[in-house]
Amino acid sequence: MVGVHEWALAEAVVLTLSQYLREVGWSRVSRVVVSLGELQAVDREVFEFALKELTSLYGVEVGRFEVVDEEASFECRSCGFRWRLRDLNLPDEVRESIHFLPEAAYAYVRCPRCGSADFALLSGRGVRLVGVEP
Amino acid sequence: MSVLRDPRLVAIGERLREVRAVVPFLSSKGGVGKTLVSVATALALGRRGLRVGLLDLDVTNPTVHVVLGIRPGSLVPREEYGVVPPEVSGVRVMSTVFYTLGRPAPLRGEGVSSAIRELLSITRWGPLDVLVVDTPPGMSDELLELLTYIRRFSSFLVTTPSRLSLDSTARLAELVARRVAGVVLNMAWEVPEEAVRLADRLSAPLYVLPYDSSVEVALGSPERLAETRFARAVDRYVAEHVVRLLQNRR
Ligand SMILES: Nc1ncnc2c1ncn2[C@@H]1O[C@H](COP(=O)(O)OP(=O)(O)O)[C@@H](O)[C@H]1O
Ligand SMILES: [Mg+2]
Ligand SMILES: [Zn+2]
Repeated sequence: MVGVHEWALAEAVVLTLSQYLREVGWSRVSRVVVSLGELQAVDREVFEFALKELTSLYGVEVGRFEVVDEEASFECRSCGFRWRLRDLNLPDEVRESIHFLPEAAYAYVRCPRCGSADFALLSGRGVRLVGVEP
Repeated sequence: MSVLRDPRLVAIGERLREVRAVVPFLSSKGGVGKTLVSVATALALGRRGLRVGLLDLDVTNPTVHVVLGIRPGSLVPREEYGVVPPEVSGVRVMSTVFYTLGRPAPLRGEGVSSAIRELLSITRWGPLDVLVVDTPPGMSDELLELLTYIRRFSSFLVTTPSRLSLDSTARLAELVARRVAGVVLNMAWEVPEEAVRLADRLSAPLYVLPYDSSVEVALGSPERLAETRFARAVDRYVAEHVVRLLQNRR
């Protein structure tokens, strides 16, 4: 179960924390908040497991990871319409492609109102390191 | 609570740790042969027994797969602690086409940067002697991502003999400066003085590749491409240069 792509996403977070701790000279952090964008559809359980494994692998001491969800929403640059990912009905293969590369959404999603391909991803793209507490 | 940087940026360095050399092909103009030369170089290096990766950084208009004869949808990177690029004709290939399936995916600059960071931070190339990078024309997000996040690379500037192309190549050369391994004069119907001077200024060799009409029918077939006069010149000059570059790094 750990052999999946979530591992690489979690590793990016842990490596960044490790570098940050070195830069600011802390030995540990008490709390780390990571947000998971709905668009990337990261398997939360796997991701949290990978975070745990990787922090011990890289010797990064974290008191508590707080993994929060972020809803994916879009705004059309052409007509201004706003919509959410859950308003769309994307087939499984498309979700799979977007899971690996969220920008692939631009190949499959169009503005539900005017059909434009020029839209902004307002929130909920992928994995984001929201912050850390000493 | 402190806000931290994009976690993908640190991961990029980690993913490229076992890559001995990154070799991008750059030009400020389109249609000068970056894709063809970079794919031919990667294939030639693969035939010489090197461990080669080939990254299509033209994320909105990928074409590496066309030269290699990969039908969009027929191949997907394997999921394994990230994604592992599929091997085609001895070369490990990564492209956004594996995920967009060849549909138009128009991206603004921010989306381009983000797509590149995502690809670079999840792709497990494994140990490579060389990662060949095909790039889109110009000096925009793709090039800036390269310059900023893959600082160590040796590039080839690709140009035609046209003054339009040479003039923009000179501008690009200023930006990339000391990271130029060679200048490739492609579809060379002549060897203009400006091309020679440009290479001199960069203290880089000028490699002259012929215009070869047999290239067109060889598109989609790495075996047929290898037999063209064009590919033989790429092997003799460009691939050979990369081999020497690797030897000097030992
Ligand atoms: N040396 C050459 N001889 C013949 N055709 C060439 C040669 N180099 C490139 N081409 C052709 O020119 C066109 C543009 O090449 P391409 O590699 O796509 O350029 P770029 O990637 O710089 O936009 C393609 O159709 C390609 O097959
Ligand atoms: Mg190209
Ligand atoms: Zn619209």
